[in-house]
Amino acid sequence: MAMRRAVPLVMILGVCHIGWAQSPTYGVGRTPTAEEIRAWDISIGPAGKELPPGRGTSKEGAQLFRSKGCAGCHGVNGSGGLAPILIGSKDTPTAPGPPPGKTVAMEMGIMPPGLMANNAPHAQVMWDYINRGMPIGKEGTLTANEVYSLTAFLLFKNNLIREDEVMDAQSLPKVKMPNREFAPPPEWKHGTPQLQGYP
Amino acid sequence: MESKKPNRRGFLKDGAALAGLAAGARSASGQTVADLRAKGTSKELIAYGERSRFVTSVRKPTAGRDSPDAFGLAFHVLSPLQDSVGIITPSSLHYVATHRGSFIPDIDPREHRLMIHGMVDRPLIFTVEELKRLPYVSRIHFLECIGNRARPEHKTVQESHGLTSCAEWTGVPLSLLLKEAGVQSGASWIVAEGAEEIKGASSIPLAKALDDCLVCYGMNGEPVRPQQGFPLRLIVPGFEGIYQTKYLRRIKVVDQFYWTYNDYGHLRKDPKEAALGQQIGPKSVITFPSGEQKLSGPGFYQITGLAWSGGGAVRKVEISIDGGRTWKDAELRSPAYPMAHTRFALNWRWDGKECMLLSRCIDELGTAQPSRAEAAKYWNKPLTKDYNVPGADNTIQLWKVAADGSVTNGNA
Repeated sequence: MAMRRAVPLVMILGVCHIGWAQSPTYGVGRTPTAEEIRAWDISIGPAGKELPPGRGTSKEGAQLFRSKGCAGCHGVNGSGGLAPILIGSKDTPTAPGPPPGKTVAMEMGIMPPGLMANNAPHAQVMWDYINRGMPIGKEGTLTANEVYSLTAFLLFKNNLIREDEVMDAQSLPKVKMPNREFAPPPEWKHGTPQLQGYP
Repeated sequence: MESKKPNRRGFLKDGAALAGLAAGARSASGQTVADLRAKGTSKELIAYGERSRFVTSVRKPTAGRDSPDAFGLAFHVLSPLQDSVGIITPSSLHYVATHRGSFIPDIDPREHRLMIHGMVDRPLIFTVEELKRLPYVSRIHFLECIGNRARPEHKTVQESHGLTSCAEWTGVPLSLLLKEAGVQSGASWIVAEGAEEIKGASSIPLAKALDDCLVCYGMNGEPVRPQQGFPLRLIVPGFEGIYQTKYLRRIKVVDQFYWTYNDYGHLRKDPKEAALGQQIGPKSVITFPSGEQKLSGPGFYQITGLAWSGGGAVRKVEISIDGGRTWKDAELRSPAYPMAHTRFALNWRWDGKECMLLSRCIDELGTAQPSRAEAAKYWNKPLTKDYNVPGADNTIQLWKVAADGSVTNGNA
């Protein structure tokens, strides 16, 4: 086991100091085409550089919220359904506290409490969540325009953008989200406790 | 005795048939050699063995909730740790936890692909067969869901700790694949993504990806089970369960934490709390005697259980039979592999008096498993029975043995 440990350390140093310009050792696998990478790559980073072409507005999103079945689970007004609350009101907690909308994930302390529009550190987080995970049972069927529209609808209803603002690859990353204060993910190092000094 | 009858009848019938077989004749029950051969190809006899019908240990859904839930989405199935022996969880009894995957994708492995791209010199696509051509390793690792946490209402160790299991995982080191692709300087994270309907994805530190992560196609000597990510699962040893990306289809090398689908669940304002949602701390639990088991009377027993740590190998397990006033070193009864369940035991003569049993794990980093009181004190919170420890809960579990030998949750 000690041998196994030693190897990765060398490799990490390799990344830091010399990079990995070597040629492949095994030559197994093939090179994907640019089109394959484009089609598969649905990751949207904080900078939003992978956001696809397309556009949408809150008004379009409001219609989609009903026609795509969102209201059935999240409530007609974005609350009161079985699924998490999406549109806050004066009664919705904005600070960490009991979660609005009960899901097992939230009950188990896995999901952060609160409204996604209040908690997501970037608007792209909402875009990505809708794009991957909604609607339930028809995941991956929304067009980019529809995802922009639904995101715009939730941003507008939570007072984060104006009703007539167009959301697209340029405007979405510029939306000022209320929660910019999130913990940086921990730096991981081999052979280090998960949190020094705990308990 | 009633339950034995069918078996005895079956034996007599088969015996008669075999006697007939030896004589080359038709048996009294009318079975021919062809009949027996047909029976011989049945699943349980030859093709895929079954356990004894007297062994009834099974998984069960998380207490008080349906799995799948009302949406058919959240699905948490607990492993029966109270019946476990050794350190390997049979694949059929391995815990399952998912929020968006009780519908298991029916993936044809011949159609499945793994793409590695992003900040690499040579993006690559592999078939499962191509991955199997590459040098592989087998390692024993535990997995644990962050939902595995102490609650006073838990009655059994299955309920309190059943969201952890341990298996032998076989696959290609991710470091090898990343080296083939050529990671570019400036890269610091990877995003691992599954092929299921929501394409669940997590950000993982590049340092971890290059250290010990495995792209696995094997689990306990056979292909990874569908509930566990068939045909490919990324194993991130020692990290919380959600990072162990099932149905792995894509790895993107990036230069920052990506706040992708599963990452949102790790959103915390306190960096200390965020840190406890990644690598699992040292943890242990006594599996015998544990909740709802019963000691038949005073005398000799083995206190036994499982210990594990996301930080490395288990170095030591201590057991207290007096509620934590005094501690004895348990024996490690299995190899102590890094990031693996480790079996411990202590020979014990029960005097028939009420007592409180608990275990404490110390890992190779010297980190000790905290008590609930220590955790509450760290977070400056009052210790109540309902106190929910932030991040992964690795606190000490207590089991109370009553004078009549019955065992209950000592945290209740």
